[in-house]
Amino acid sequence: MKVIQIDKNDWNRGIDASRKAYHLFGPVTDNNQSMFKQLAPDQYPDMEKPDTIMSPKSVLFPQTEKLLGATLDPTAENHHIMERPETDYSPRAVIGIRPYDARAVALVKLNFDTPEYRDPYWCDAYAATTFVGLAVNQPSVTDFSTAMGSGPFAEEGLDALLVDAGDLYLAKVLTPKGEAFFSAAGFDTVADTDESLEKIEQLKNKAETAMGPLAVFTDKLAQKSILDLHGAPFWEDLAFTCINCGTCTFVCPTCWCFDIQDETKGNSAARFRNWDTCMSPLFTKHGSGHNPRGEKTQRVRQRFMHKLKYFLDKYDSGTMCVGCGRCVEKCPVNIDIRQVCNKMNSYEPQK
Amino acid sequence: MNAYTEKIRELSSNLLREGKVDLVIGFKQGTVPMATVPAIARTPEEAATFVWDANCSLNLANYLTNRTEKIGIIAKGCDSRNIVNHIVENKISREQLYIIGVPCTGMVDKPSIRALFDLEITQFKEEGETLLVKTLENELKIDKQDYLRANCRTCMHRNPVIHDVLVAEPVVEQTLEDPFKDVKAIEQMDDDQRWNHFETLLDGCIRCYACRNACPLCYCPTCFVDESNPQWVGKGQDPSDVRTFHFLRAYHCAGRCTDCGACEEACPMDIRVRDFTRKLVKDSLEIYGWEAGLTLDQRPPLDTFKPDDPDAFIK
Ligand code: SF4
Ligand code: SF4
Ligand code: SF4
Ligand code: SF4
Ligand code: SF4
Repeated sequence: MKVIQIDKNDWNRGIDASRKAYHLFGPVTDNNQSMFKQLAPDQYPDMEKPDTIMSPKSVLFPQTEKLLGATLDPTAENHHIMERPETDYSPRAVIGIRPYDARAVALVKLNFDTPEYRDPYWCDAYAATTFVGLAVNQPSVTDFSTAMGSGPFAEEGLDALLVDAGDLYLAKVLTPKGEAFFSAAGFDTVADTDESLEKIEQLKNKAETAMGPLAVFTDKLAQKSILDLHGAPFWEDLAFTCINCGTCTFVCPTCWCFDIQDETKGNSAARFRNWDTCMSPLFTKHGSGHNPRGEKTQRVRQRFMHKLKYFLDKYDSGTMCVGCGRCVEKCPVNIDIRQVCNKMNSYEPQK
Repeated sequence: MNAYTEKIRELSSNLLREGKVDLVIGFKQGTVPMATVPAIARTPEEAATFVWDANCSLNLANYLTNRTEKIGIIAKGCDSRNIVNHIVENKISREQLYIIGVPCTGMVDKPSIRALFDLEITQFKEEGETLLVKTLENELKIDKQDYLRANCRTCMHRNPVIHDVLVAEPVVEQTLEDPFKDVKAIEQMDDDQRWNHFETLLDGCIRCYACRNACPLCYCPTCFVDESNPQWVGKGQDPSDVRTFHFLRAYHCAGRCTDCGACEEACPMDIRVRDFTRKLVKDSLEIYGWEAGLTLDQRPPLDTFKPDDPDAFIK
């Protein structure tokens, strides 16, 4: 394990140097809204406010993405033939991604990159991307990532992990991609490994202690029967409260659902995909008019069952929730997945 | 426990105990600071967990649409006006409702309270009109009236306009020199400025539709933005489609919007969507002398027809 130390005074200079080799993405605050965006040539990632409203999932999976395009001009040789647009997949780096969001990328990969099917758009973007994480020294009140297979200093899905140690960053180099990024940035001061790992360990313990003891439990979810959980009585009351907006799924780093739309304008035709949400009644509406999830209760149940049960059963990689807390924070009616998870985990059907 | 909470619990529990209603709709305490949860109580015990504070900002009339039970509902001024709308628009009947009215002294504007601190808020407490807000490193006492939501600052109907019982004596209504300063400021912009204003306003919209879904007026079984056959509007992030959603939704609320602020409250991106509906509130008042949700005897101006209409085109 190599640890690099970066004086914060050198940070912007290194970021600028890295722009020659990478398109940079990072947390920025625009119009009072913090989110991950591609950085303008003179823009730096806001490392003081990396807990963004929206997760960085849009770097690999934009909310609206053109999949195919065609011309409808009958005189053109290739008219009506759909083709994949030219997209720039030269190296990108996401700076300041939080460990829970990096785990989310790893989970989303299970869906977009499978032996049977490979989503070329997501996978090409993924292959081009280097993830330079930032450990969470001060977890927010809604962060429960330690309960969901991640944690404030977790490394899964990252190419490097920066740890804010006051005047400097201690950077754990985790993969060759991470190594390449630091060399492009000119960050090459190797730190004393033992000493810096100890410092990192201290900060990690401090962050985990601040989060308090685990209060969300997932240990029994795997043994529960889907049908029992389906029939549990608590969905009704949750569904009453839920206004069925898509906020929880749009802010979620692991929600991957999309809807495909064709649009034409003059002679140009395009096929797009847009984020979709299982909270919308249209999500499951069949061409026949039948809707298997026509009732709000069914839709609310779907979201939690997918996150906490179906995914777990299908991939055996933990829950599909990484505990980032965004949905808890942003749900307009404060439906709290931590409580729902505990209810599901402890649910015993009445015999 | 504040006096309102106590009274709400007592009245709702009694209603359920006496079997006068099947359920009561109110607010419960949330799991994070400054959050409340709209919830249903079917038993007196459940009703005993209701709360009332300056974060009960959502509009409970939203939960009445097409319900068939006999319902008790907690309603502040704006909620009561949307209940009137619901009754006038046949979404619920007056006989089904037992309205527990709450004379309101305003709800707080969360974004501006959050903006006071660098760190996130870890505790929020209300002591009368004083708010005690804490972060990990800081603690402030602020006056609630300085941090009201924009719609509460211009609200002229803090007392419920319709109710079966009140939880307290009516409060004094505000008198305002000019409730529409904000709208006039936009009206006075030139075309470019106004275009820029609305462009910037919608910049961060993620089309989650929380604004629409929190609004009691938006009860259509299939919203025009969701309709797929025919499809009226594109579903992506193209700015023209995002604008179309907001413009059309605002017009569907014309003459019906009570300026309750639930739309803004629900928006995860803190977008001030009332900039659209406020103009229509002002126009309704100026053109038709109409304020939404004040009377059970009249339909809103844009869905009525008068034989003596001064405009010829309608005849
Ligand atoms: S954000 Fe909350 S209200 Fe909106 S769909 Fe999700 S759980 Fe329901
Ligand atoms: S379900 Fe909620 S807490 Fe879990 S990963 Fe998604 S947004 Fe974060
Ligand atoms: S089904 Fe729902 S919960 Fe699951 S990924 Fe899709 S939007 Fe998210
Ligand atoms: S709630 Fe906010 S982000 Fe969502 S659609 Fe409405 S304005 Fe846009
Ligand atoms: S548009 Fe907004 S302010 Fe008007 S009634 Fe609906 S939620 Fe309330």
